[in-house]
Amino acid sequence: MGLRTPLYDTHVAAGARMVDFGGWDMPVNYGSQIEEHHGVRRDAGMFDVSHMCVVDLRGARVTDFLRRLLANDVAKLTQSGKALYSCMLREHGGVIDDLIVYYMDDRWYRMVVNAGTREKDLEWLRAHAGAYEVSVEPRLDLAMIAVQGPNARQKAATLLEPSLASRALDLGPFFGTASDRWFVARTGYTGEDGWEIMMPVDEAAGFWGRLRAAGVVPCGLGARDTLRLEAGMNLYGSDMDETTSPLESGLGWTIAWDPQDRDFIGREALAAQKTGGVRRKLVGLVLSDRAVLRSHQKVIVPAIGEGEVTSGTFSPTLERSIGLARVPSQTADRCEVEIRGRLLDAAVVRPPFVRNGKIAIPL
Amino acid sequence: MSNVPAELRYLKSHEWARLEADGTVTVGISDHAQQALGDLVFAEVPEAGRRVAAGEACAVVESVKAASDVYSPVSGEVVASNADLGGQPELINQDPYGKGWLMRIRPDDKAQFAALLDAKAYEAALAAETH
Repeated sequence: MGLRTPLYDTHVAAGARMVDFGGWDMPVNYGSQIEEHHGVRRDAGMFDVSHMCVVDLRGARVTDFLRRLLANDVAKLTQSGKALYSCMLREHGGVIDDLIVYYMDDRWYRMVVNAGTREKDLEWLRAHAGAYEVSVEPRLDLAMIAVQGPNARQKAATLLEPSLASRALDLGPFFGTASDRWFVARTGYTGEDGWEIMMPVDEAAGFWGRLRAAGVVPCGLGARDTLRLEAGMNLYGSDMDETTSPLESGLGWTIAWDPQDRDFIGREALAAQKTGGVRRKLVGLVLSDRAVLRSHQKVIVPAIGEGEVTSGTFSPTLERSIGLARVPSQTADRCEVEIRGRLLDAAVVRPPFVRNGKIAIPL
Repeated sequence: MSNVPAELRYLKSHEWARLEADGTVTVGISDHAQQALGDLVFAEVPEAGRRVAAGEACAVVESVKAASDVYSPVSGEVVASNADLGGQPELINQDPYGKGWLMRIRPDDKAQFAALLDAKAYEAALAAETH
């Protein structure tokens, strides 16, 4: 038996197909993954993301601590509730995890890290926190539900406590707001508008039920994966890990090089990689044949070299297969992918594939 | 729980087979198989006229999650395949024993059909797989 979120019984009662995900028993779908996917693109869907780990970091020097630990720079965050996406790196530049950090006040940041990496993340945070007198507190008392889709905020707002609802509706993209033990942020992993809502674990099942009654469709990890891939968002462990740097993972934009004297962990290695030339890059692929890209398929770039598909799926919005692949840096606009013994032609594109319900690449 | 119609025959690899009145054998994938695969997005079925051998991978069904070979339960000649699956692979999810059929084969030897798993034996194989 795996770890269970506070919504486990709710999922099983709803007929979800449960699978292991990073040690957690999670719903992969409640029936049709494709219908759940369209539900998010066209209306409103919800995901149990309670397996992800919320960590509160507190202390007088917490800003200095995070400016050392993260490749992006929390000094950019000047307004309370503002969020930042960043990689946390080893000294050699490999990605320990990708995460979101919210600036709450000068002595408090809230971080959300991946489920499968929580133990090593906490270990890494704690190993460095002492020198900055920062406390590292995983919030095991909080559950998290993501509501996503063009109508998600509107449907969920009616179910929040009124003053929180009004503040939440005023949030700009990538901002969050707290109220007692609840926290609402205008963030997500689908390429649609929506919120990620944290709440006390004992209130999660009730809130989920009210969302469902309000017409928000329960969605599993299957739809979560097709939605994030259409949105061109990386999945830790598939598209990047400790053997790849952000520069090789399409995440160069998350590295804050300025100010030049900010000495974040991994900086030296990234700078050396940049000077020496980054040999690989992460690109989007689109297949026109009736086949599906899957992770670990071999990519061949004629006259240049080889690469590998890191994530692949069937895109319900594009009705064809899309993927992410790590390929030689010189790769231009075409490549071939070896699928079940055949070499199929694929177009190389710049993600996202879909954003806010609209196809974002030439077909 | 998945649906295992009593009147059909099965392979351990989750194909079903039905002996029709005209002596041909209709083939599809079981309800268990479609559930395990999730939403089907492509189905590649053999053309009429092709010869297939029992145990030969002669069709492919691909879902959002995975591609899976479909094995012929009998040797013989393909006399028809389901053209509707080209535009509507989801028929396999919606009606695996009906509109989601894959192909019809004229068997060389009817004894091959009789030797397939009956519903009880297939259910036992499913139980063994999940425990």
